[in-house]
Amino acid sequence: MIENLERIIAEHSFFHGLEERHIRFIVGCAKNVRFEEGQVIFREGDPAVNFYFIREGLVAVELMVPHRGRTIVQTVAAGEVVGWSWLVAPYRWHFDGQALIPTRALAFDGKCLLAKCEEDHDLGYEILKRFSHVVSERLEVTRLQLMDLYGSVV
Amino acid sequence: MASAPLADAMIPRPFRIQRLRKETADTFTLDLVPADGRETFSFAPGQFNMLYVFGVGEVPISISSDSGDSSALQHTTRAVGTVTNALQGLKKGDTVGIRGPFGSPWPVEEARGRDCVIVTGGIGLAPLRPALYFLLAHRESYRQVVLLYGARSPEDILYRRELERWRSKLDLEVRVTVDRAGGEWRGTVGVVPMLVRRAGFDPSNATAMVCGPEVMMRFTVRELESRGMEGRHIYLSMERNMKCAIGFCGHCQYGHTFVCKDGPVFRFDRIAAIFGKAEV
Repeated sequence: MIENLERIIAEHSFFHGLEERHIRFIVGCAKNVRFEEGQVIFREGDPAVNFYFIREGLVAVELMVPHRGRTIVQTVAAGEVVGWSWLVAPYRWHFDGQALIPTRALAFDGKCLLAKCEEDHDLGYEILKRFSHVVSERLEVTRLQLMDLYGSVV
Repeated sequence: MASAPLADAMIPRPFRIQRLRKETADTFTLDLVPADGRETFSFAPGQFNMLYVFGVGEVPISISSDSGDSSALQHTTRAVGTVTNALQGLKKGDTVGIRGPFGSPWPVEEARGRDCVIVTGGIGLAPLRPALYFLLAHRESYRQVVLLYGARSPEDILYRRELERWRSKLDLEVRVTVDRAGGEWRGTVGVVPMLVRRAGFDPSNATAMVCGPEVMMRFTVRELESRGMEGRHIYLSMERNMKCAIGFCGHCQYGHTFVCKDGPVFRFDRIAAIFGKAEV
């Protein structure tokens, strides 16, 4: 089982280039999870215990907006990661997350991984580099969305 | 494909509106047939016409119909200015003038034997629709064919029924994303450049055709290059203020080129030095 998880972690693009010893070190923080269509994965304000590497499926990151209802901010697809609230105080989700279609993912216990990163700063640096990349990409996408490129010219 | 001979290039030919169809809240499609009883003209995917609303003015609009179907010329556009608003106000049976076809085509011939990646956003799907028709009509000549399309919201998706039909085809990968959506949307939310990394194509043997707002094209080119595509296999449709359409007036000058005559479709490596420059 652990061996299988190790392989899955090693094959995920997020962990590409991570040393084998690091993968072995963090595998205990991970577990396979499955979400049905429409299943809520996390809710705004709840403690951000886990984060997820999507293996298959599609997850909506959304907000409930008064008078407008659920508004999808972004979707996260296979090969991508959802959640970094576990990494920064106050360690609570800032959005809701819902599986739009049946979704399989690797769930990581954020507290467990933080402890491992404290123990091995080389690992911590590698994880932080990867999450910085994710955050930077999300920021870029958000900026483009804010530009409303297809909106009215006049 | 050669453009219209210069002697005739400035004379509009009358076309009758056969049908005017609303596509989204601010876009519409005109089906046009010759009003002079003659055949319509042939064109290559990617070329544009100058549409003249008599007494109002002229505007360049890409041809969005099938180049293999000569029954009617289609133009899809957005009502954003004086002429396009006047166009939207016309009705079946009204007459407009057409000059064209003008400009360079999409590289559908050069792309034979390769993967084809079409990346487009908003109204940019209209100029690429003839290219997609061509690829599908000659499907056996191409490897993977991928269409990546971005719209503002689910309500702003252009040619929605056609996209759904294309999506159901087993030999065409269609990915659609929107910038924003309500909870009822079950598809992707995000910007179209990010679809490039999810698409299934071989970057070492692919040709990309990109059309949309220039910022969207900048980010798309970056994604294509990060997947390993070379600039000589990336084609962009540029937009500038085209007036005469034959490279005389200079309004659409783009660096060392005129968009109307040398474009609108450019090979990226040939404009890379000026692409995205604020001064050009």
